[in-house]
Amino acid sequence: MYGWIWKRIPGPLALRLLLALALAAAAVLVLFTTVFPWAENALPFLDVTVDGEAP
Amino acid sequence: MSGGSAASALRAGARALGDLFITVGLVLLLFVAYQLVWTNVEAGRAQNQVADAIRDQWERPRGGTGSTVDMGNLDFGEGFAFMRIPRLGADYSVPVVEGVQLDDLARGVGHYRRTAGPGEVGNFAVAGHRATNGEPFARLDRMRKGDVVVTETRDAWFTYVVDRTRIVLPSDTWVIDPVPGKPRAEPTEALLTLTTCNPRWASTERLIVFAHLEEERPKSAGPPPVLAKGA
Repeated sequence: MYGWIWKRIPGPLALRLLLALALAAAAVLVLFTTVFPWAENALPFLDVTVDGEAP
Repeated sequence: MSGGSAASALRAGARALGDLFITVGLVLLLFVAYQLVWTNVEAGRAQNQVADAIRDQWERPRGGTGSTVDMGNLDFGEGFAFMRIPRLGADYSVPVVEGVQLDDLARGVGHYRRTAGPGEVGNFAVAGHRATNGEPFARLDRMRKGDVVVTETRDAWFTYVVDRTRIVLPSDTWVIDPVPGKPRAEPTEALLTLTTCNPRWASTERLIVFAHLEEERPKSAGPPPVLAKGA
């Protein structure tokens, strides 16, 4: 997968490194802003209220 | 020929599987970093915003008198007080916002709607995270009988003194009743109840701190001495 992506990034080495870094950063951004906040709801230690059900 | 292509297919498959494992590992590590670091960074930022909003509001003039907060007009997530707990740190201060949903609790500690406001007769019930998302109640297990919880509102300082702590089940909603343990009793005393999860990284139980109002002093009288003592 990573090899496949790497082969498809165009340009000279320096540019390819930069683009690869940008791709990685974009992936991390998506994880931090959408995936992780959603996954967080499944974690138990956010239930701090006494209502007997998950908020 | 066919043997060679089978071997190369196997190699490609193994490589894809390896990539997948590496990816899953990286994502899990990132998730841990997100939980342990980033949620606290974000919550700290949100708490500062709420704190600024509260102080801005306190500086604006408003009609009416009385030392209690107009709880009925609060929006969910809106800050209206600060909670200071010397046992949790000399400069421990966390904004109190309306509501106990996750959106609210990401901005401070949350007031259970329909429970009393700070200083009011009844039970001023507040929930807070114990792990991640700012974790204001991370060390709530250190609270002991006699410890103070000072709530600062626009007009007053309310000093509550801890009576006892208890571990209860998540379904034990009686702890935030106006008179905890006496469902139909008419409240005559101003109480405070703090709730958080227990054990810290689980949710099988709730850690509860019960306190009663010991002193109310106007803002003009300055902060109660218990706050200065710890500093």
